[in-house]
Amino acid sequence: MTSPELATVPASLSHDFKSASAVRYRRRRGFKDAITRHLMTMGGIGVILAIVLIAFYLLYVVLPMFKPASLHQQAAYPLPGEPAIETLDYFMEEQHEIGLRVTSDGALTFFNTGNGSLVKQLQPLKEASGEVSAYVAGDPSQYLLAFATRAGQVLLIKHRYSVTYPDDKRRIDPYISFPLGEAPVSLTDNTIRLIAAQSDADRATIAAFTDDGRLLLSHFTREESFLSDEATIKRSSDVFIPVDGRISHMIMDVEQRELYLANEYGFISYFDISDKDSPRLVQKVHAVPKDAKITSLEFLSGGISILVGDSRGVIAQWFPVRDDENNYTLQHIREFHSQELPISAIEPEYFRKGFLALDESGKLGIYHTTAHRTVKVKQINTSGVNALSIAPRANALLTESDSQVRFWEIDNEYPEISWQSLWGKIWYESRQEPEYIWQSSSASSDFEPKFSLTPLAFGTFKAAFYAMLFAIPLAIFGAIYTAYFMSPRMRAVVKPSIEIMEALPTVILGFLAGLWLAPFTEMHLPGIFMLLITLPLATLLFTFLWQRLPAPIRQGIPDGWEAAILIPVLLLAGGAALALSQPVEALLFDSNMTLWLNQHGIGFDQRNSLVVGMAMGFAVIPTIFSISEDAIYSVPKHLTTGSLALGATPWQTMVRVVLLTASPGIFSAVMIGLGRAVGETMIVVMATGNTAIMDMNIFEGFRALSANIAVEMPESEVGSSHYRILFLAGLVLFIVTFIFNTAAEIVRQRLRTKYSTL
Amino acid sequence: MAKLKHWFASGTPYIWLNAGAVSLSLIMVFGLVALIAVRGLTHFWPASAIAFDYLEEDGSLTPMMGELVDTETVITSVPAVDQPETAKETVIKRHLIKQGNRDHAGLDFRWVNEKGMENRHYPEEIMVIERREWGNFYGYLKSVNVGAVTHEGRDHWEIFQSAIDRSLDLIGRIRHIEKDLIGAINYKMEQLRLDERGLELRGVMDPEPFAKIQNARAALQEEYNGYTGELEALYKQLNKDSYIAMLADGREVTMPVAKVVRAYRPNEMSFLDKCGFYLIKFWEFLSDDPREANTEGGIFPAIFGTVLMVIIMAIFVTPFGVLAAVYLHEYAEQGLITRTIRIAVNNLAGVPSIVYGVFGLGFLVYFLGGNIDRLFFPENHPAPTFGTPGLMWASITLAILTVPVVIVATEEGLSRVPRDIREGSLALGATKAETLWRTVLPMTAPAMITGLILAVARAAGEVAPLMLVGVVKLAPSLPLDGNAPFLHLDRKFMHLGFHIYDVGFQSPNVEAARPLVYATAFFLVVIIIILNLTAIWIRNRLREKYRAAEQH
Repeated sequence: MTSPELATVPASLSHDFKSASAVRYRRRRGFKDAITRHLMTMGGIGVILAIVLIAFYLLYVVLPMFKPASLHQQAAYPLPGEPAIETLDYFMEEQHEIGLRVTSDGALTFFNTGNGSLVKQLQPLKEASGEVSAYVAGDPSQYLLAFATRAGQVLLIKHRYSVTYPDDKRRIDPYISFPLGEAPVSLTDNTIRLIAAQSDADRATIAAFTDDGRLLLSHFTREESFLSDEATIKRSSDVFIPVDGRISHMIMDVEQRELYLANEYGFISYFDISDKDSPRLVQKVHAVPKDAKITSLEFLSGGISILVGDSRGVIAQWFPVRDDENNYTLQHIREFHSQELPISAIEPEYFRKGFLALDESGKLGIYHTTAHRTVKVKQINTSGVNALSIAPRANALLTESDSQVRFWEIDNEYPEISWQSLWGKIWYESRQEPEYIWQSSSASSDFEPKFSLTPLAFGTFKAAFYAMLFAIPLAIFGAIYTAYFMSPRMRAVVKPSIEIMEALPTVILGFLAGLWLAPFTEMHLPGIFMLLITLPLATLLFTFLWQRLPAPIRQGIPDGWEAAILIPVLLLAGGAALALSQPVEALLFDSNMTLWLNQHGIGFDQRNSLVVGMAMGFAVIPTIFSISEDAIYSVPKHLTTGSLALGATPWQTMVRVVLLTASPGIFSAVMIGLGRAVGETMIVVMATGNTAIMDMNIFEGFRALSANIAVEMPESEVGSSHYRILFLAGLVLFIVTFIFNTAAEIVRQRLRTKYSTL
Repeated sequence: MAKLKHWFASGTPYIWLNAGAVSLSLIMVFGLVALIAVRGLTHFWPASAIAFDYLEEDGSLTPMMGELVDTETVITSVPAVDQPETAKETVIKRHLIKQGNRDHAGLDFRWVNEKGMENRHYPEEIMVIERREWGNFYGYLKSVNVGAVTHEGRDHWEIFQSAIDRSLDLIGRIRHIEKDLIGAINYKMEQLRLDERGLELRGVMDPEPFAKIQNARAALQEEYNGYTGELEALYKQLNKDSYIAMLADGREVTMPVAKVVRAYRPNEMSFLDKCGFYLIKFWEFLSDDPREANTEGGIFPAIFGTVLMVIIMAIFVTPFGVLAAVYLHEYAEQGLITRTIRIAVNNLAGVPSIVYGVFGLGFLVYFLGGNIDRLFFPENHPAPTFGTPGLMWASITLAILTVPVVIVATEEGLSRVPRDIREGSLALGATKAETLWRTVLPMTAPAMITGLILAVARAAGEVAPLMLVGVVKLAPSLPLDGNAPFLHLDRKFMHLGFHIYDVGFQSPNVEAARPLVYATAFFLVVIIIILNLTAIWIRNRLREKYRAAEQH
């Protein structure tokens, strides 16, 4: 630009490109150009990254669920209290700051879990009561301990913790209380070998197996006096339960209704003790193979399932299953095989359906029953472990080995998540058989969360299926006609009208489906199905008659306006079908089709898949119509004219040439429509009953993934398994629609290049 | 038979069947809009009130009064009188009567068989009262008690109307004091509390700022006391008047005028009166607050919330969408990467909206909002400011949802700018940036507007993500008001689409709310259709313009 030739321009037009101001100006322009380039690049990449962020954020929330659990030793210190005396048990309070060591002299030693320093020492069991011969802990949620002595006495103790905040700092003080009074209760004259006990606010039950081979069941009730604040404990019943064989383990559920005994031959006896005066043996089962022995027996939290550990290192979950006649039988549900040596201890979690198991070699396994998952197996000591205890929130662990207490931290937040628990059939507690269930919350606390995404995914695809059944024929046939046979003037009106349909808010479609279409369909059910027959028939009949009309009338209407002529015909035929609905219903279905369906074993909900299919079909018709119409319309004209010139009829040309060429485009239209149907939310929220059932019945509802997110997300606790599973549901929707859309897009791009080469 | 086969082979019937699919689609589209329009728009028309005696199944006569809402024919099994075991199926016609008077009759809607309706007539004196509580009232006016004087007889209707006008005026003043004036005081009080807490958190020891806050608080308190006195007087005046009305069954009830919104006698109104009434009602629907758990009154806060959210969304989405499109089309090197990005952007338009809602709740509300609260609003802790769903997060979520629409539309616009225009500009020595700013972008402007309109139309109708990130069924205050900083991005808001869902499905009295839902739906449909038609019109004009440019 600054070459000398330029100097030859006439003086009047000449311009000094080298003057200081011109250089400055050019530099400024160049600078602006560079700035714009960088801004645009940064901004553009930023926006694109932000969009990509969505997928990664969903993944970021979902991934922690699949992170393996970890177990780290935090501290080790000598046994607090009397090291020489045998340890019976350990406990921790909610914050896992204070631990409790229970020893065989009946002493309770509270200590700091971080360093083992003593906090408090108590000796509730006086020496006069005699040596401790048996010990048991009640349900974890009750913080109950029971000591039984050689003299046949029993002392129940609850260890509790008061939390105060002096000077804004947390301070935890342990204290104990006595549900049956400070003095031990004399149960029998014989030595108690085994004991099981539970106690809650107003009653307590103790089962004691004495060394003369008898099993005593004692029940206590607490009665508040009307006159004074004092409560009196009444021993309301005492029964002996006949048992055979030597009992090795005995457990009672927290509700004090069931008692399980295990004997040395591997049999488990299941007693119903809800009537304390007459306990009933429900069942006796052989729980382990002949060559194995039961080495451990515990309840899972909630007190419904029992966990049986045996000498082979197998842990089995059993629970009573109700049959159709309301009888309960103990059933083997699932097994865990991750350990090889005899199970020496099982420690259930306080609130979740998980547990820890220890074998004789000192190998620790962390399990979750619902998910049927071995979360972690770790050799924590090679010379065996004497005792272990998990913190109430399942985030810390105490073990005793080699005269040392070890304090561990557990990071195991999502044990209930596994491929099996998300997608498989699970046998949940109190259910008759393995099922797919979504039930994320419930009023009771000992509830087993049921996080099966299968019924939700099923619901999503059921909705999409019926929607496509409705939409595909209408949209594609409509597209064929509009693109190929319709007059251009009519097309200019029809295409935008159907495309505007796409912009209709789905909340309006959902509201109409739920409040207008659903009752309407219920009222005119036979009529709706008759429409399937009358509309095509009426069209054919009209076509037949039309062609027999005298030519002047026919030619009064130009080609390509068939759709307009058909509107009144279809309106009439549809009206007739709906008007005939009631007579047909009276004739064929005893005047009430829904009742008739119910009598024939077909369930009927007012808001059902038929309604959703029509409403959502309506929502996806424009998508499919518009894309496939484009594909058909842009088939190169020389192909069709060539076919017609060779003597093919318009319809033959359509089927053999146009459709064949445009079929990838139609395929991609269907894929995009399917993607839209899968993710649609408001229609399925409003037009179905939102119950998560798995049934293809067109007359019943379902619960879709998207609807489930919309309904449950606002109430979900941030960071909980439920929250993350809802994110997973979102991610699944994202991935599914992304796959459909990408497939469609790639097919479309290929088609475009194909057309351009034709 | 062969003839028929031949006929099918010719293909004509198939073509007609395809035509039928188009006709059916058209019937559905227009039928749907017509259905919403008819149901929504007739709601405001004052229906005639009917009075009749209803023959109950036990043979007694119940006098009834109300509006005829719906009619249907059903088949029921009616046991014959002489042979109860042989039920006879008969077709009966029945009507849904809106009898109102929920406080006296219990049910405000009732199905009655046409056969049992005796002595039907339309007395001119039936009055319909829209009330603030208990829904509509149907009955006859007996007397009006104004200022301790009871008016009966001829002119009591006029006196009643003027009493209503007076009470409406009083209520207007009360509402002004309560919402605007006292609301402002409360807002300032809350600000003072936050200032004080902020000082405490920063460990300020100086007593001076604390004293200032105390003084300001005392001043506000005094102002507040003045208003409460005024309010007391107004309420006393408001609750003075009452009226006595007679129900269909002859009972007389006394009710306060203060609870009346409007009273009219539909049967004596002329056609013109009804038209005027219709317009007033329609205006009330657009401009008033909802009443009675959203089943009566207007939808103004929902319209306001929707519009405001869409505007804020547009402010976010336009620059970013255009930036991304310009980068993709003008600056990025065309190749596999840009193709992939283009496919991805296209696909994002097809990702379910609820997924964006999940993202908005998790990332924007809990993560970004939570951190903003920690950094900038420690004095509010533990109450969240931005760490809870609100207007800003809803707008940004919808901006992310609609940004692909804007990108795609803008890119299409950019690709339609003829190559020679760009090359001409460059050949004349303009830099790339200048070419972009002076020639390409102005020519693309209509395409951008098209994209923006489509984005707005999509955002206005989207509900599912909003349910997670900020919409509520009843917002206590608008997000835009007279208290600095005027625009409250952290507030929750109402939305037309959610209003439809909420009133239609969560309302305690669905039957009463239904017409209002149809009206709201119609309003929303009209807005969206207008937006889309505008976008289509702009797009078509644009195409023609470029076709002309290309032919030169």
